[in-house]
Amino acid sequence: MKVRAQIAMVLNLDKCIGCHTCSVTCKQVWTSREGVEYAWFNNVETKPGIGYPKDWENQDKWKGGWKRKRNGKLEPRIGNRLRVLAKIFANPDMPQIDDYYEPFTFDYGHLQTAGESKAMPTARPVSLITGERMEKIEWGPNWEEILGTEFRKRSKDRNFEAVQKDIYGQFENTFMMYLPRLCEHCLNPACVAACPSGSIYKREEDGIVLVDQDKCRGWRMCVSACPYKKIYYNWQSGKAEKCTFCFPRIEAGEPTVCSETCVGRIRYLGVMLYDADRIEAAASVENEQHLYRSQLDVFLDPSDPEVIAAARRDGVPELWLEAARKSPVYKMAIEWGVAFPLHPEYRTLPMVWYVPPLSPVQSAHEAGHVGWDQALPDVKSLRIPVRYLANLLTAGAEAPVVLALQRMMAMRMHMRGRTVENRIDTDVLEQVGLSLEQVEEMYRVMAIADYEDRFVIPSTHREYAENTFDLKSACGFSFGNGCSTSGSTGANLFSAKPTSAGRQSPRVEIRRVPAKQPEEA
Amino acid sequence: MGFPYFGGRAPEFFNPTTHEEVLTRRMPAQRVTLKDGSTRLAVTVFDLFLANYGVERGFGDAAASYDADAPYTPAWAEKVCGVPRGQIITTAREFAANADKTRGKSMVILGAAVNHWYHGDMIYRGIINLLVMCGCIGQSGGGWSHYVGQEKLRPQTGWVPLAFATDWSRPSRQMNSTSFFYGHSGQYRYEKLGVRDLLSPTAPEDLQGALIDFNVRAERMGWLPSAPQLQVNPLRIVEAAAAMGEAPAAYVANRLADGTLRMSCEDPENPANWPRNMFIWRSNLLGSSGKGHEYFLKHLLGTTHGVQGKDLGEEGGAMPEEIVWREAPDGKLDLLVTLDFRMSTTCVYSDIVLPTATWYEKHDLNTSDMHPFIHPLSAAVDPAWEARSDWAIFKGIARRFSELCPGHLEQETDVVLSPLMHDTPQELAQGVVRDWKRGECAPIPGKTMPAVAVVTRDYPRTYARFTALGPLLDTLGNGGKGIGWKTGHEVEFLAKLNGSVTVPGTEGKRPRIESDIDAAEVILSLAPETNGHVAVKAWEALGKVTGRDHTHLARGKEHEAIRFRDVQAQPRKIISSPTWSGIESEEVCYNAGYTNVHELIPWRTLTGRQQLYQDHPWMLAFGEGLCVYKPPVDLKAHMAMVGRQPNGHRELTLNFITPHQKWGIHSTYSDNLLMLTLNRGGPVVWLSEIDAAKAGLEDNDWVEAFNLNGALTARAVVSQRIPEGMIMMYHAQEKIVNTPGSEVMKTRGGIHNSVTRTTPKPTHMVGGYAQLSYGFNYHGTIGTNRDEFVVVRKMAKVDWMDEPGPTAMPVAAE
Repeated sequence: MKVRAQIAMVLNLDKCIGCHTCSVTCKQVWTSREGVEYAWFNNVETKPGIGYPKDWENQDKWKGGWKRKRNGKLEPRIGNRLRVLAKIFANPDMPQIDDYYEPFTFDYGHLQTAGESKAMPTARPVSLITGERMEKIEWGPNWEEILGTEFRKRSKDRNFEAVQKDIYGQFENTFMMYLPRLCEHCLNPACVAACPSGSIYKREEDGIVLVDQDKCRGWRMCVSACPYKKIYYNWQSGKAEKCTFCFPRIEAGEPTVCSETCVGRIRYLGVMLYDADRIEAAASVENEQHLYRSQLDVFLDPSDPEVIAAARRDGVPELWLEAARKSPVYKMAIEWGVAFPLHPEYRTLPMVWYVPPLSPVQSAHEAGHVGWDQALPDVKSLRIPVRYLANLLTAGAEAPVVLALQRMMAMRMHMRGRTVENRIDTDVLEQVGLSLEQVEEMYRVMAIADYEDRFVIPSTHREYAENTFDLKSACGFSFGNGCSTSGSTGANLFSAKPTSAGRQSPRVEIRRVPAKQPEEA
Repeated sequence: MGFPYFGGRAPEFFNPTTHEEVLTRRMPAQRVTLKDGSTRLAVTVFDLFLANYGVERGFGDAAASYDADAPYTPAWAEKVCGVPRGQIITTAREFAANADKTRGKSMVILGAAVNHWYHGDMIYRGIINLLVMCGCIGQSGGGWSHYVGQEKLRPQTGWVPLAFATDWSRPSRQMNSTSFFYGHSGQYRYEKLGVRDLLSPTAPEDLQGALIDFNVRAERMGWLPSAPQLQVNPLRIVEAAAAMGEAPAAYVANRLADGTLRMSCEDPENPANWPRNMFIWRSNLLGSSGKGHEYFLKHLLGTTHGVQGKDLGEEGGAMPEEIVWREAPDGKLDLLVTLDFRMSTTCVYSDIVLPTATWYEKHDLNTSDMHPFIHPLSAAVDPAWEARSDWAIFKGIARRFSELCPGHLEQETDVVLSPLMHDTPQELAQGVVRDWKRGECAPIPGKTMPAVAVVTRDYPRTYARFTALGPLLDTLGNGGKGIGWKTGHEVEFLAKLNGSVTVPGTEGKRPRIESDIDAAEVILSLAPETNGHVAVKAWEALGKVTGRDHTHLARGKEHEAIRFRDVQAQPRKIISSPTWSGIESEEVCYNAGYTNVHELIPWRTLTGRQQLYQDHPWMLAFGEGLCVYKPPVDLKAHMAMVGRQPNGHRELTLNFITPHQKWGIHSTYSDNLLMLTLNRGGPVVWLSEIDAAKAGLEDNDWVEAFNLNGALTARAVVSQRIPEGMIMMYHAQEKIVNTPGSEVMKTRGGIHNSVTRTTPKPTHMVGGYAQLSYGFNYHGTIGTNRDEFVVVRKMAKVDWMDEPGPTAMPVAAE
């Protein structure tokens, strides 16, 4: 047993309202720079839909994640090291800018500078890549929002596999859900394996996956290898960039920006202890539908004395062990079994998990019954097909998703019984294998969702890694170049010369098409 | 008794039903003897209510079952709205059962969409009826929760003296914008909705005219405000009255009676009655909120427009009776000034744009009645470039104006007309409808016509008064919603807090209002919601009316006074005040009607009760004595455009729905790059896959939607979530971004309001009758647009119309 700890995330999709505040705050903090205008470390997709970038879940096309070879060993789907190197200059599995979208701005200045004109001025779109006018914007990072575009196109969504999908295109059978997405900070990251430069690494102390900007050579194999398409190429710096899990905040015990600003309070952050020795086996089980279970087996019980002893031996700080015992992620993923990994079949063992959304029970509805105050309804007739959710979260295994949905319904029924009917009915809890204490805690954590219950984040313990006493007062105000006194700092308090570092607004010069002159001018 | 039924009048699209226009129902009645000795049959409102909905009471003339094809049964509702009757019954039963089990904790949260239908008030009353019948009103956790578009200002009574200068002179001139723009943008000239289409079959024969006629009558009888008010300079009236030896109010009444003086509303196109200067602040009138956008451009601004219809004069339709019909002017405004911090559509159309500070460059307050907090806006940095805070801009205008006054405007006496105001004795002025103009009564100011007040102005001292708190607060006190209290302590306190200044012509020193923070302190000190002492005084004042002691609601916070710096440190929860019917406490969240139910405060209605029956003659004439089903109205704006200017693509006619702004904040940020990126980078309309297929449209195709009101251009979002027959455009996607030219209008494509037009409803004009009385931002006509239809088709040619105008000098290419 080799005990490691990771700060993992759960998103409760039952409460996501699709406001995109996570995306906006993330973008403002991390990717409002030249070269990554098109990159959204966090984006929110409307499902069903093909998503951002287009069709990202189609690994036949993009070759992301891992492939289990006949001998039971794993290999990146894009190929082994040799194959990767062989196609390093002509990677066929690379999304193009149009697969994301061509980022744009508008000729806003025209509204103030336009002379007298035939019609009221309008600011036309301009490409942030070329600076040229765009005649028409054809795609964006949220194009399919609230089911925008025809069902025929959106239903290429891979999660419709084994679902009789045609009826879901009809108005009366419409279903939708939001899926906020970010880097999964996987236990078995394909991006790390695919990088020819060894620039991507998973941090030992908290599991965050980062790109070393000094080592990255811009080969972009990570872009192909990541099945979630959550590594982006910065065309300005020529390097790969990705979600950093807001590590400077996590290190200080603070939630990521997307979690902190979530209006619906759907995001949870907590410590998960795992056995690093079990990762390879867990990711290699033959049946894809067993991957969810095998990943559960990687996690360790933070209350188990043996685990605690081993963790101490392996250098996990005591406060992290305490945090692991209070972890909302552990509760939802392990204790209550209501959170699931996104596409476990990619075999990367993702660490951002999802609680599936409830939806109206169709059969009850049709029978003229809207509430659930009698018996547990049949979740098979939910408006969102269970199989669709299972394809998203358990490689198609329906049983775990069904149990999770039933437990969430049981929680509602229990609370309704308590507050409205004034009775405590444990029958329904027994049916779904929850105790009274558990369901009350589920309610507190998932429904009330106080800040302290959502985010249990121990601060990082740098004292284990370096002699912090020596660092005291060693470096004053700087521009991120440490205490270096030589070389270019990229910024200078005493120089009037402007710097492009940290520019917030796009630097593209707008090229105006000269206006047509009136014929008789 | 006969009950009017309107369901048969629905335009085709909305499933008309075939029933009698008057439903006859029997009900239990009692013969009562009146004061004059005569006898009458009397019924209870409850019996009327049940009879109206056809609930069978054993007389055999109502609906036999839920499945009966009779108005208001679930089976009937299924026919009208398409929702299966079983689902309607279940929802109703579960709502009611829940209310029963929880003592009223069933709640309806309603959004702005309801307000956008012409008969939105009927939907409102439907919801209120449901909540009243289930015992939910005023119960914490249940009841009525309004949402967007209906916000009110929490520290309202502190804000009013500052906003309307009631510390220096009263009353102020106020206007309801819907009626104002309906008249002054000439939209009434194109009115196709006939009053006959709206009246109940039981209405008296003599009630006729156009919608504008009803508005004019309402202004004349003092129900609604007017702007301008009289067809003479109001600064000259006192002089003229003195010459005749009459008091000003009597002079106005007598001259109106003999016809030598006219109200401006009767002759809106007369240059003497045009609005000339307009300041727009905190609004995007021309990019978002003004319904009938193209009419604004044509008649109010006088610029390039896309109105497609002819007016009644050209068409030879039935003309209004109450107004002088003249040729429409192309533009009335001499000056349009807009304050904004971005180049909105309204700014583009303005003569002068005054750049204002953004939310992070100024000190200000932010409140609503939808949450219990007072929030600050704080200057993190100074305003960029030439921008100034709103306070500084208006102060600057006041200063320069004062300097320019001498020789033009000095100390003057002004005559101000005010409607019969809500929460004043005038709200009981008119038990019967009598129009003095028709000789049905004499014009008596404040009773049968607007109140007439003389107000002394001191124009050169506008700035001095602007920057000081006036003496009327010492002498007249302050108040709101019908209750008043003294404010001596608060004025003294503000003099200490803000310092004091000498105002020429005013005795002693006055509290200073120099900075934006000074202004905020005035509001916070005067309002009961932010000053515990005032809250207790206000509850005491209400107690005098109700005969009950309500002060316990604020005693615990009596010594709390919220200062601007407090709010800056952390938003503060407000103090319970009688301005509102909900309270703030540890046990109860804000809940409309809470104090009426739990403190036994009479409802602000004619009866003092929750009133489900409205017996005003106009309400009865339009068949709205009780809440009835009123189908959408036919605005007749689209059919004339079908096939009129073919472009080779198939045309569809669709119901035009405009949901609340998305990817922006009301009218703001619709041009923010991040928001535009998360939407589709410019205006879009949503339509169903079925309609898209019919019109040969694919997602992201350029489409044009048009009718007689104008046209808009946008890209199509084709979606299964949109039902067939409807097209949807979220508010405020302005034409300043990515909007090509319109094939129909031959100019820049419009905004969502380019295909709408204001259509006021006569029942909203009723005044002088208890709860049906005018109140600023509370009661009056509303703009609606969901009954509108448009013709939709794919665009054949996308023309960006970037060329310089015909009068522009050629500019050398860069």
